[in-house]
Amino acid sequence: MTQESRAPGRRKPELVCPAGSLRALQLAVDAGADAVYLGLKDATNARNFAGLNFDAAQVRDGVACAHARGASVLMALNTFADARDASPWYRAIDTAVSLGADALIVADTAVMAYCRDQHPQLRLHLSVQASATSVDAIEFYRDRYRIQRAVLPRVLTLSQVGHVARHTEVDIEVFGFGSLCVMVEGRCALSSYVTGQSPNTAGVCSPPSAVRWQDTPAGVEARLNGVLIDRYAPNEPRGYPTLCKGRFDVAGRRDYALEEPTSLNTLAILPELIELGVSAIKIEGRQRSPAYVEQVTRVWRAAIDQASAHDARFSVQPAWQATLARLAEGQQQTLGAYNRPWR
Amino acid sequence: MTPHQVTAAERIALTIGPVLYHWPRQTLLEFYAGIAESPADTVVLGETVCARRIELKLNDWLGLARDLAAEGKEVVLATQTLIESAADLRLVQRIAEQHDFMVEAGDASALQHLAGAGPFVLGPHINIYSRPALVEHAALGASRWVAPVELSLDALALINPPGDPVRGATGQPIATELFAFGRAPLAFSARCFTARHHRLSKDECEFRCLQDADGLLLSSTEHQPFLVINGTQTQSAATQCLIGEGAALRAAGVSRLRLSPAATGFDAVIRHFDSVINHAASAADALHAIEALVPSGGLSNGFAHRRPGLEWSDA
Repeated sequence: MTQESRAPGRRKPELVCPAGSLRALQLAVDAGADAVYLGLKDATNARNFAGLNFDAAQVRDGVACAHARGASVLMALNTFADARDASPWYRAIDTAVSLGADALIVADTAVMAYCRDQHPQLRLHLSVQASATSVDAIEFYRDRYRIQRAVLPRVLTLSQVGHVARHTEVDIEVFGFGSLCVMVEGRCALSSYVTGQSPNTAGVCSPPSAVRWQDTPAGVEARLNGVLIDRYAPNEPRGYPTLCKGRFDVAGRRDYALEEPTSLNTLAILPELIELGVSAIKIEGRQRSPAYVEQVTRVWRAAIDQASAHDARFSVQPAWQATLARLAEGQQQTLGAYNRPWR
Repeated sequence: MTPHQVTAAERIALTIGPVLYHWPRQTLLEFYAGIAESPADTVVLGETVCARRIELKLNDWLGLARDLAAEGKEVVLATQTLIESAADLRLVQRIAEQHDFMVEAGDASALQHLAGAGPFVLGPHINIYSRPALVEHAALGASRWVAPVELSLDALALINPPGDPVRGATGQPIATELFAFGRAPLAFSARCFTARHHRLSKDECEFRCLQDADGLLLSSTEHQPFLVINGTQTQSAATQCLIGEGAALRAAGVSRLRLSPAATGFDAVIRHFDSVINHAASAADALHAIEALVPSGGLSNGFAHRRPGLEWSDA
C-alpha cells in the first residue's frame, strides 16, 4: 500500500442496473438507472443463459436508448477467454467499441491486454469475477491495465470495503441487491466439477441442461448431472438446484450445509456505503424479468436520491422494503458479508 | 510392454502442494520430516486457506523451509488465496519481500508485490485460462504456472505446448504444473462452513477443523460422497488422481505434478507417482494401491479430459 489514504467520498453513487434484454434496459433507464450493464448472446459473459442477452443490433439500440436519457452502457465481458479460441472475446471487445459502449466489465488478463493494446482509450471496470479483494490486487490491475473501477467480491465487511475505497484511486462498486453467491466470485469451480461448465469457463453455474427433476415416492428430486442436490416434500417450496444451495448430509445431519437460499439487500446500510466513498451500487439480475428490473431500479433510485440529499435523514421506506421483499420471491434477505452475521 | 529408462529430459518433477487442512503443529512437523526423505523435488509451504490457522507462523515455516532446503528440496512459500484484512495483506508482503525462497502467488495482491522481483510461481487460483493470459503473467517474471484445477489437458497443450512454450521475462520457458493428486480445491468463501456446521461463529470457531484431517465429508441425501468442507474452502470428495496419464501429461507439456497432502498413506502416494511417472512402473497396480488409501469419494480424473471433474475414465 503505497498510497496515502483518501478522504471518504460523500458523492452520490451511480446506480448500475442489469439488462438481460432490450426491454429491461429501456425500463431500467426510464426508472432512473445511471448505468445499465449487458452482455452478448455467447459465453463471453457470466450470464450465458438461453433467451437472454443482446445481439449487435440490440446493443446499438440499447446504447442509443440509454445515451438519449443520459445513462451509460457497460458491457460485461467477464468470463475467461477459451484456450481453443479467444477470438469471440476479442470480437466482443471490438463490437463493444464500435457500438459505443461506455465501458467494459472485464476479468481476464487476456481480455484486458487486448483492450490495452488495441483500444487504449476504452474505459475498463474490473469484474467481480477477477476476485480482487484487496487494495493491492486492485492496484495490480490499475498499474497494468488502467482499470478505472473495481467491483468488489461479496465477501468483504463494511469496514474492509471502506479500507479498500480509502486506499485506491480506482472507483469502487459494490453489490446492493440480488442473488448472493456464498463463494468468492471467480474462485468457484463447483459447477464444472459436477457439470463440466462453470462461471469462469462458460459463463454459467449449475446450467439448466444438467438439471433433472424427478417425482419419486420419497419426494421431488432435483439432480444436477445425476447428483442429488435437493429432495422436496410435497408441500415444500422448490428452488432452482444451484448446487451450493442444496441440502446435504454432513456428519449425519441433513441441512443447507453451504448456503441457504437467501438474497442480498443492503438498503439498510446505504448511508454507510455512501459515507465510505463507494462510487457505484450494482443491482444483480440480468436473468430477471424486465418488470423486476424496473421495480428494483425505482426503489433504489429513490433510496439513493434520499440518502445522498444534503442533510439527508435517511430511513428505509416500508414501501421500498415491501417491494424488494416481494421481488426476492419470499427468500430471506440478508446484508451478506457486509455485517458478517456468521462472524 | 518393456520398461524403459526415462531420460532426464522426460522426468516429471513432483511438487508437494501446501497442506490444505488444519493439522496440529506436531503433525505438520512429522509430515515434513517424512517429506524430506521422500522422492519429491519441491515442497510448497505455508497456510493458504484460513488466516486463523496458526499452528505454524511465518517464522516457523521459514525454519522448516531451511531444513527442507538443507535436505535438498526446492522450497516454495505460498501466499493465502483469499485476502480480506489488512493483516492478510501484510503477511503477503512479508512473504513476497523475503528472498531466500521462491514464492507462489495466491492472488493478485501477491502478484502486485512479486512482479519484476525475480522468478515466482503462479498459484492454481490465479485465473489463467488461455495462452495470452499466461503471456501476460510470464511478463511479470513468473517461471512456473500451476494450472487452474478445472482446465483440461488439451487446454494446457494449447496454452503452453512443449514445442512452443510461453517464455518469461528472461526468455526462460514457463514450466506447467498440474494438480495430479488430492481432493481438488474447488471454491473459497469468506464464510467458514466448518464453523457453520458446528453452529459456531467464524471468529469463535474453536478451531474445530483441527478434528478433520482430510476435511469434513458432505454427502448427497442418498449418501453419495460429494464435497468436502475444509473451513472456508470447499473441495471435491473424490481424490483427483492422474497417475495413469503419464504420456498425455508429457504431451500436454506438463513438467511437474502437484501432489496435495492427505492424512493417510501420503508417503506411499509419492512413491507410487515417482515409480509410475518416472520409472515406468505399472499404473494399474499403483492405482489399485492408491484407491485403497484415499478417503471416501473414490478417484476422479474428469477435469483432465474436459469432462465434469467428478468423473473417472480409464486412461
